Amino acid sequence: MASSKPIATTRSATGIPTGRLAVWWLIASEIVIFGGVLVSYLMHRVGHPEWAYQAEHTSLLAGSINTFILLTSSLFAVLAHHAAEHGDGKKAAKLLGLTIGGGFLFLIVKSIEWANEIMHGYTITSSGFWAFYFTAAGIHGSHVIAGMIIMGFIAKDCWHGRELQRVEYAGIYWHFVDLVWIFLFPLLYIAS
Amino acid sequence: MSDTNHAAAGGAAHGHDEKYYIKIWGILCVLLVVSILGPELGNFYVMLVTAFGIAFVKAYLVAKHFMHLDTEKPVVWYMLTCCLAFMVLFFAAVSPDVMNHEGRRWVNVSAIRETERALEAAKSAGQHEGSTEHGGGEAAPAGGGH
Repeated sequence: MASSKPIATTRSATGIPTGRLAVWWLIASEIVIFGGVLVSYLMHRVGHPEWAYQAEHTSLLAGSINTFILLTSSLFAVLAHHAAEHGDGKKAAKLLGLTIGGGFLFLIVKSIEWANEIMHGYTITSSGFWAFYFTAAGIHGSHVIAGMIIMGFIAKDCWHGRELQRVEYAGIYWHFVDLVWIFLFPLLYIAS
Repeated sequence: MSDTNHAAAGGAAHGHDEKYYIKIWGILCVLLVVSILGPELGNFYVMLVTAFGIAFVKAYLVAKHFMHLDTEKPVVWYMLTCCLAFMVLFFAAVSPDVMNHEGRRWVNVSAIRETERALEAAKSAGQHEGSTEHGGGEAAPAGGGH
């Protein structure tokens, strides 16, 4: 009888489980996307000294809180992976839930921050700096939302003790989202 | 080995307990505080080290200890390094035309004008705020500053 599992979850190409390899490919493509945005920002930031004045209007407090939230959610993600490695699906699911909660908190802080900036007249069309600011943070935020949705599905399976290996894959993705923010934070909030 | 079996066996491969990850998280939080406080000293080079240098250290810690990149197969390193190389290539090729507003046989008049206009606007907004003692949020969006 043929296995009910899809081949991607049972095959191991290049010595790496296919699912994990796929996540690494995804991250490789994301490096090009975020790398392009960050490098473009960096080049324009050097070429436009006036952006320093505009960067002063971003909220260092909101950026710092969000960095702390993402670092903490990354901790929950790696602890979920640890629990999955030890076959504890329920604990992994709970920790994934906390990771998703971290994503929610991040989005709430980001919403308050953006609402405040937009109310003061700083929108995506205000200047080159604000265009980069909203674009980079917006793309990052959409990745946070995507990660939360994916982890929701994985947590559901984990709760029933199924497909525990996927916790690691979601974790790798989430850590990458955290990594991107680690570089966005000084670029957008500190270098003013 | 199936992925599910791999997950069960992975604990032995990484070999860390929960306290180890909490310790790494603690280090990351301390580095975050340093990166926030560093620029407060007002020195450009200190800001560079504390903000951007520490960002690289934090990224290294997350990649090594949370993503377990140090125990990953070489093919993953090749993939990621290749994409990072593209990023560097992009920067090397484009940056001379973006970071500078004039070269040997070209001038980016629009960029020069926009920079001058925005700097002027930022200065006048700063003077206005100084005289009225209002917060920065009231400044003009295009070039407003403190």
